[in-house]
Amino acid sequence: MSTGITKPEEEEETESQAVGAARAAGESAYGQARMDESEIDAANEASQRRARRAVEDADRTVELKVFRYDPEVPEKEEPRFDSFTVPFAKGMTVLDALMWARDHYDSSLTFRHSCRQAVCGSDALFVDGKQRLGCKTQVADLADEGIPGEVRIEPLPHAEVVKDLVVDMEHFYDQMESVEPYFQDEDTPDGLNEQRQSRENREKIKMSTRCIWCGACMSSCNIAAGNNEYLGPAAINKAYRFAMDEREGEDLTEHRLNIIEQEHGVWRCQTQFSCTEVCPKDIPLTEHIQALKREAVKKNLKFW
Amino acid sequence: MTNNATMHEHDVIVVGGGGAGLRAAIAAEEEGADVAIVTKLHPVRSHTGAAEGGINAALRDGDDPKDHAYDTMKGSDYLGDAPAIETLCETSPEETIQLEHWGMPFSREEDGRVSQRPFGGLSFPRTTYAGAETGHHLLHTMYEQVVKRGVTVYDEFYVMDLAVTDHPDPDERECHGCIAYNIKSGDLVGFKADGVILATGGDGQAFDHTTNAVANTGDGLAMAYRAGVPVEDPEFVQFHPTTLPSTGVLISEGVRGEGGILYNSEGERFLFERGYANNDGELASRDVVARAELTEVSEGRGVNDEYVDLDMRHLGEERIVDRLENILHLAEDFEGVDGLEEPMPVKPGQHYHMGGIETDENGETCVSGLYAAGECACVSVHGSNRLGGNALPELIVFGARAGYDAAGRDLGEARIDTGPGARSETETDLDTPVSPGALDGAEPDAVADGGALATNAEAVVEDELRRQRERVETLLERDGINHAEIRSDLQDAMTEFVNVFREKEGLQQALEAIRDCRERYQNVAVADPSRTFNTDLLHTIETRNLIDVAETITLGALARDEFRGAHWRKEHQERKDDEWLKHTMISWNGGDPEVFYTDVILEGEEKTYEPKIRSY
Repeated sequence: MSTGITKPEEEEETESQAVGAARAAGESAYGQARMDESEIDAANEASQRRARRAVEDADRTVELKVFRYDPEVPEKEEPRFDSFTVPFAKGMTVLDALMWARDHYDSSLTFRHSCRQAVCGSDALFVDGKQRLGCKTQVADLADEGIPGEVRIEPLPHAEVVKDLVVDMEHFYDQMESVEPYFQDEDTPDGLNEQRQSRENREKIKMSTRCIWCGACMSSCNIAAGNNEYLGPAAINKAYRFAMDEREGEDLTEHRLNIIEQEHGVWRCQTQFSCTEVCPKDIPLTEHIQALKREAVKKNLKFW
Repeated sequence: MTNNATMHEHDVIVVGGGGAGLRAAIAAEEEGADVAIVTKLHPVRSHTGAAEGGINAALRDGDDPKDHAYDTMKGSDYLGDAPAIETLCETSPEETIQLEHWGMPFSREEDGRVSQRPFGGLSFPRTTYAGAETGHHLLHTMYEQVVKRGVTVYDEFYVMDLAVTDHPDPDERECHGCIAYNIKSGDLVGFKADGVILATGGDGQAFDHTTNAVANTGDGLAMAYRAGVPVEDPEFVQFHPTTLPSTGVLISEGVRGEGGILYNSEGERFLFERGYANNDGELASRDVVARAELTEVSEGRGVNDEYVDLDMRHLGEERIVDRLENILHLAEDFEGVDGLEEPMPVKPGQHYHMGGIETDENGETCVSGLYAAGECACVSVHGSNRLGGNALPELIVFGARAGYDAAGRDLGEARIDTGPGARSETETDLDTPVSPGALDGAEPDAVADGGALATNAEAVVEDELRRQRERVETLLERDGINHAEIRSDLQDAMTEFVNVFREKEGLQQALEAIRDCRERYQNVAVADPSRTFNTDLLHTIETRNLIDVAETITLGALARDEFRGAHWRKEHQERKDDEWLKHTMISWNGGDPEVFYTDVILEGEEKTYEPKIRSY
């Protein structure tokens, strides 16, 4: 249907049994040609009418003001805001509203999303001036009472915008991966024997292991904004997760502390708590950074 | 990773970066292969991360892989293949401990060993878990290993189709790679490889109420299907009994495993009081609980005529916070309910596809060099119903096997035969109201059949690259309609007619609706003209895949006139072992789908599993 390459001849020679008798009887009703231009226009107008009717019929609507930018499309080269009126339904999230706008008004409206349940970390956005996950943010929670008249949705600040609400995550990933974010102790027991870990120790690292790599913390951090080399809260939290895991030996812990106390590591943090405030998984990021500072001091490592 | 070349070459390509894909890549790397992961999401965004409950593994004294195998075979309603089930259960302990050795933060017992809990359909509490977020930890732990090993990851590269030779017989075809769309740059690139492993996960977006992610569009299944690989037992779709009514967000079976109770609107513990599962109650198999809930609702005992209540308050705050904390967040964020103060509303939602790409126990399909593992595959361990806690071990066990095999390790000859050549009989009188498959006289897909005409590996990939480029250009340049309404209508039809309860007329109506979607899809176009991050294009192609997936599910459901596991038929209220101890296979057959059958393998290594009445 999309390339014009004709079907291989062999299909007609296939002797195996076909499903359904209609095809064998030379059915042609289902092989209709593509719509012509006027039919396409009519279909698209009908879709638009349905969207308008859904808005008219809705008890309440919400106005999205969405950041738009596409370096390749002339009318979007200059960043701008578009408004979309979306029918409000109880329980509607910011992500739901964006999807509605995309599916009913403008299929080019671009944003990352996948799981819809705050675990894939794809849809961290700047909603009404704060870093939030679109899927976890109830539209109704953005107003003191009732629903907000308008919701402003922008890409994460302090990251390069690729298009509309999509930002380049490469720098974030690079920082995450620079702290050797993997369990390194090779001295594991044989066969089916597991390493022991106390409940207390598991509890100690539990919050740090909940990170979903959404990048909200990094975007909220003034230090990271002004210093591209700063590891940032998420990467330091990842380092904390391993440095505090008793299953890794002492030597490795020291190795890890050396990584995070480098020039652009933990000492850059000025404990403003902005990362902790925006973290959608409630990870006490600032506390973790402070704990690593204390460990580094205890180990008498130099600091900057 | 960005790279401007239009052709890449690796020994092994893994399509998908979730649990199965990551484990496959690690295995191939261990085996010394040059392996790369090509995935439309960054790996940590994969939906494995949403798995909550745990990993079944016979680790402890008093437990035995043989018991795990028996439970799994019973859970499958005797439609699992013994060689696959025994491989799963024997290998799961070492694979689970391997995760521990890689640092996965499992929940722990007082003595520091990993915790296990009871799960539905299990004769021993062997579900190994990390809070109610086991999948998140499994996914991140394996991605950490991928980073450690320096495996190449092409993230945000959408694989559009496979590069497969064009031999008339799928059993004789060879896969030489795949074609991917670089989402960020808009470039199409070819990947040439000796082995391609599909690990694309679920296809829940074929339904409208699902626990699956928006990205779970059955891409791998649709690609393999059109390349000639049979889709095995597609009619078996698991509807999870406890999903939140407004969003489909999953509430883990762990809640019932820890003692959570289901009530109807009359306050009855209906699984016992209404006799659905007199022994196991809430911990009966998922299909049993899902049907019980919908029966309660349809007989007027649903809460608000829509759902039932799942109550865990009696477990106490300490235990809930310790073992099920994530559930509290989900119920609060997505349903506005405080699970410590009130029962949580739940209803069945599409959750998992037992059926999938037919493979043998080494992960290989009938097309040489093409593998599949994880939810997109059907090896078959789950048969007609998957037990909770059996999906994650499947990912790691069969992900690893596919990775090893594709990289050249000798795993021994598989006992499961694959491909059209393995058929035991062919369906000849299926009563379909319309013809499924490709549209007559339509412009064919780029992938109407096995792929390129060339036989030389490089030329096969180049041919396919050219076709996919034309496909993209056409979609971008022509005028047409948007795919979103077509997708939405498809989902509605599947949820109306191919849900928990199925009957012949409804299934036929579904086939007509699917046909209608296919016809309308001929007119789709992509309105976004940009080459940069064109998700409009991506979603449009996904919708085509969903149409193919939905059609295989419905054809299988119509063909199987019996009641087995998750597949309930109104007119056929019995499991018919004389007739139906066989796998349904749907083959694309050059656009003219055929249905055939292969025998179930109930002969295990030491014993033969005798079908028994499945009661809980």
